[in-house]
Amino acid sequence: MKRSRAPVDRLWRLLGFVSLAAFCLVWIYPFLWLVSASLKTPMEIFSKGLNLLPDSPVWENYSRAWVTAGFQGYMINTLIVTIGTTVMVILHTALTGYVLGRYQFIGRGLVIAVLAVTFVVPAGLTIIPIVDLAAALGLMNGPWGIILALAGSGHAAAILLYAGYFRGLPKELEEAAIVDGAGFLRIFFGIMLPLAGPVTATVGVLTFLGAWNAFLVPLVFTFSAPELRTLPVGMLAFVGTNETDWSGMAAAATIALVPVIAFFFFVQRYFVEGISGAVKA
Amino acid sequence: MTSTGSRRTFFARLWSDRWIYAFLLPTTLLMGGFTIYPVAASIWFSLLDWNGFERAGEFIGFANYGELMRDPLFWNAFKNTMLFMVLAVPLRVGIALLLAIALNRVFPLVRVFRTAIFLPVVTTAAIIGVVMRYVLDPASGPLNLALLASGLTDRPTNFLGQAGLALYSAVGVWVWKWLGITLIYWLAALQTIPRDALEAAHIDGANAWDRFRYITLPLLTPFTIIITLITVIDATNVFDLMLTLTNGGPFYATEVIDIFVYRQAFAASVPRLGYASAAAIFFGACFIALAVVQLLVISRLRQERAAQ
Repeated sequence: MKRSRAPVDRLWRLLGFVSLAAFCLVWIYPFLWLVSASLKTPMEIFSKGLNLLPDSPVWENYSRAWVTAGFQGYMINTLIVTIGTTVMVILHTALTGYVLGRYQFIGRGLVIAVLAVTFVVPAGLTIIPIVDLAAALGLMNGPWGIILALAGSGHAAAILLYAGYFRGLPKELEEAAIVDGAGFLRIFFGIMLPLAGPVTATVGVLTFLGAWNAFLVPLVFTFSAPELRTLPVGMLAFVGTNETDWSGMAAAATIALVPVIAFFFFVQRYFVEGISGAVKA
Repeated sequence: MTSTGSRRTFFARLWSDRWIYAFLLPTTLLMGGFTIYPVAASIWFSLLDWNGFERAGEFIGFANYGELMRDPLFWNAFKNTMLFMVLAVPLRVGIALLLAIALNRVFPLVRVFRTAIFLPVVTTAAIIGVVMRYVLDPASGPLNLALLASGLTDRPTNFLGQAGLALYSAVGVWVWKWLGITLIYWLAALQTIPRDALEAAHIDGANAWDRFRYITLPLLTPFTIIITLITVIDATNVFDLMLTLTNGGPFYATEVIDIFVYRQAFAASVPRLGYASAAAIFFGACFIALAVVQLLVISRLRQERAAQ
């Protein structure tokens, strides 16, 4: 009985494996097509049909996107915005998470209630006052407006993550440090924040990806300042004026996507842990 | 006597906790300015007739809301948002569950497969929107070339240019883009199912479908609800993809609420910040009602699970 079933079983498994592999290949096909198109001449994209291999790679597409279309500048802007946002978010969410997690103080309940409310504020629908406020503060002429707007919206989850972690650390840590004469600031920056490394990794990775991929805020903040455009905003501007330049579009998109995909491969673990925590909790 | 005493201790407590409040200051300023204030200001703006060129608008009460209720384009956007949700959420949740079951075993390359499905999630939605305009192009896009080459169709399909089809195409792109997150949720949920129960059923002669139907599926129910609700909330946030993929077109066929607000406030020749705010507040209220229901359901489920 068992012997007769085994080969059939194995055949089914193989069939399942092959169809899964085919499915995954189709799934990532748009990326393969994109890289392929970025290395073809415009003529080749139209004439070679589904053949992904270019006759000879046309690297000139990349220099056209990087220099002529200005993606060099977009890349620098995106890096500034992403790193600035990530640093600010880690700092302010860790500070708040620390005092919420470890201290009782007047107004604590209010802070937690307000944070809970911000969970349900839909992102994007409050963009008009954000722009209005940034303009009133004179923040529209540099990357700071974008950084502050991104760092200031929707990070309640990070605060709660820090609060939960800090709550779990033993009380003796502070007591020993206070005996040694360490102040509030020294205890936090010297002992507590370094201990929260795993949370910082998760928050940092998620914020980095969120800021890199941010679109609405950079879009409306750069209407009158094209020199501040980030990669996705630059991408939209590029295809707006060069709609027929398929290979340039593909090279520009590849430039914009490769860093974030590479980053993901390095930090995959933290990322997957960070999001699966949402259902496990 | 007692009141002055308690007042002194009140201020004394505030003073002795001064470091705590100093630590709260950055978050208070940032979230106060860019999360809390914008909500309050949006409500105020929604009562104004304001084109944004003048420093302040004119107070007109609830006139914006009245106009909104009579605006067929607003209801079109409302309908599109709802239709998008009703189509996209079951697809994303269902396909992700099937894939999670297939990928919840140990076999060669399983991690590679999971990463492949997850890959679109980390990419920039706005750039995916632009790229998909080309992938779905009727004349030279690879999808149409593949469909023609396979003989499934004999004419190219204008996925994004046909009013009746564009929303469905956008649903497809959105499901593809974000399915990986739902897959991770399901894989985490499947980890909680005891292997013993499945093995015992296997020995008792239950086939794969019965094991899924009578063991896996009931145990997944609480996760199904949470995952569906998270995905519903996600489905209201499609601005990046929609603006770059279709810009709401053709003929407003894919204009969702976010795009409607954006068009009124930023893409019109005369911006209507008050009107756009009213639309945002109205839809935001619906959204918050949805989110509150979500939170209530989740806390009920937690209590039930804790009681078990």
